[in-house]
Amino acid sequence: MAKKVAFMQGNEAAAQGALYAGCKFFAGYPITPSTEVAEVMSGELPKVGGKFIQMEDEIGAMAAVIGAALTGKKVLTATSGPGLSLKQESIGYACITEVPCVIINVMRGGPSTGMPTGPSQSDVMCAKWGTHGDHPAICLVPASVQELFEETVRAFNLAEKYRTPVMVMPDEIVGHMRERIVFPEPGELEVINRTQPTVPPEQYKPYDTQFGDVPPLAAFGSGYRFHVTGLNKMADGFPTTKAAIVQAEEERQVRKVEANRADIMKWEEYLVDDAEVVVVAFGSTSRSARFAVNEARKQGIKAGLFRLITFWPFPEERLLEISKKVKAFITPEMNLGMCTGVVKGCIEGNAPVHGIFRVDGEPINPNEILSKMKEVK
Amino acid sequence: MSGRYELRFSGAGGQGLILAGVIMAEAASIYDGKQAVQSQSYGPEARGGASKSEVVISEGPIDYPKATVVDALLALTQEACDKYSHDLKEGGVLLIDSDLVTKAPAGNYNVVSFPIINTAKNEVGREIVANIVALGAMVALTGVVSKESAEKAVLARVPEAFVDLNKKAFQMGYEKAMAAKK
Repeated sequence: MAKKVAFMQGNEAAAQGALYAGCKFFAGYPITPSTEVAEVMSGELPKVGGKFIQMEDEIGAMAAVIGAALTGKKVLTATSGPGLSLKQESIGYACITEVPCVIINVMRGGPSTGMPTGPSQSDVMCAKWGTHGDHPAICLVPASVQELFEETVRAFNLAEKYRTPVMVMPDEIVGHMRERIVFPEPGELEVINRTQPTVPPEQYKPYDTQFGDVPPLAAFGSGYRFHVTGLNKMADGFPTTKAAIVQAEEERQVRKVEANRADIMKWEEYLVDDAEVVVVAFGSTSRSARFAVNEARKQGIKAGLFRLITFWPFPEERLLEISKKVKAFITPEMNLGMCTGVVKGCIEGNAPVHGIFRVDGEPINPNEILSKMKEVK
Repeated sequence: MSGRYELRFSGAGGQGLILAGVIMAEAASIYDGKQAVQSQSYGPEARGGASKSEVVISEGPIDYPKATVVDALLALTQEACDKYSHDLKEGGVLLIDSDLVTKAPAGNYNVVSFPIINTAKNEVGREIVANIVALGAMVALTGVVSKESAEKAVLARVPEAFVDLNKKAFQMGYEKAMAAKK
């Protein structure tokens, strides 16, 4: 049977990916450049027995998805720019209460209202440090319409598997561009559902580590009752200030992701093996970089591309390895050096890192990257 | 930047240029079996302000989704023409509205002009289809997608009640461009 093919926008594909993964609840507040995600969800969710709510603001939207997730549903919200800032307190709440949820943040300029219609990649640090305190962070940065669909499915899987919020962060270009997409058949991509308790309700504890670092999560309304609080908690969900428990619980929450980095991290290496200059890029900027790498190779420059697909956790170990045999890294990004700083932090000074930064609402042109390659090779 | 054909539809926000780009890309991608990527850039205004929609068409995979060296540019306002003509390639197609763009950029371009918006308003009957008139003209001038594919793509995007109006707009744009080209 011929597969279903469409010419589709990135944001629409993200919404389709969420539906493929089994998302049944969306709460949001419209904001450029992410609104199309909400538009598609509002049309499609009622058809599959789901619910769509436009809330009074982004804070309410984030709170609503956490509540809905606790009833056993897979949940999504989508936002941009200042909307992400507003959601941060509740994202922290989802981290500590260990509630699976997916946040699509289509990156526009900032801080504050910034440049609402301009592309940007300046929220990647906010994905890790936007909410206060130590907490796990997973952030996916797809680069095409097809990948936005597939990574949204994977975001749901990771959220369910590790009971934690997962962010999908396409830049505005990837969110708004249209290209061909081939829809996977049902069953073609893995879809993971959260683990259900095996104990009877009277024995159930929501953070019972005898079941591992990711304890089963019961659905409200299914006969299981438990306490949910933003305070540091014990296995039964009630607050505690006992030092040993607080320490162990915070470490476990972070370990859920850190001990499973290999399962979560994803990247693509293109012509890296013999490369002297390696471009580290993500999102639409990685498409400029691939173009530049191909041009450079034609001109005899040994260039390669390391394309991040997860931004968090960051593939530090692999970049450290690569850094031992290259002359230089180039890090083009639509911000003032966020990825550049992370790369510098993991390669132990083995090679210089040359950033190319744009925050003027214009994409980074392949020629800018090519010129930098000629300069540093 | 071989193998890529790059088009830019520019004008003011609200003129339907993003849709014109989408239809051009759909004609290439869905009906002509090529690869195409459409992207856009617009201001925060709901109406007005310079706006552009870019389409890259290729036989092979497309990396960079935006224009590098533009093969064909449509400009429906003077502001858009001034702002977006700098990277039009030498000998490239420049289609302008002869009423609204009075000053074509200096350079060796294949300039074609006719009153696009006026054609939509007075000959087709609705100003709102100016984007489809312009699309018909761009199809005629570039030949990058077949006329049949483009027409199919237009009709697939249009509500039933407006099929004839858009057919007429597309055909009128196509013919006027062919005539203006000579």
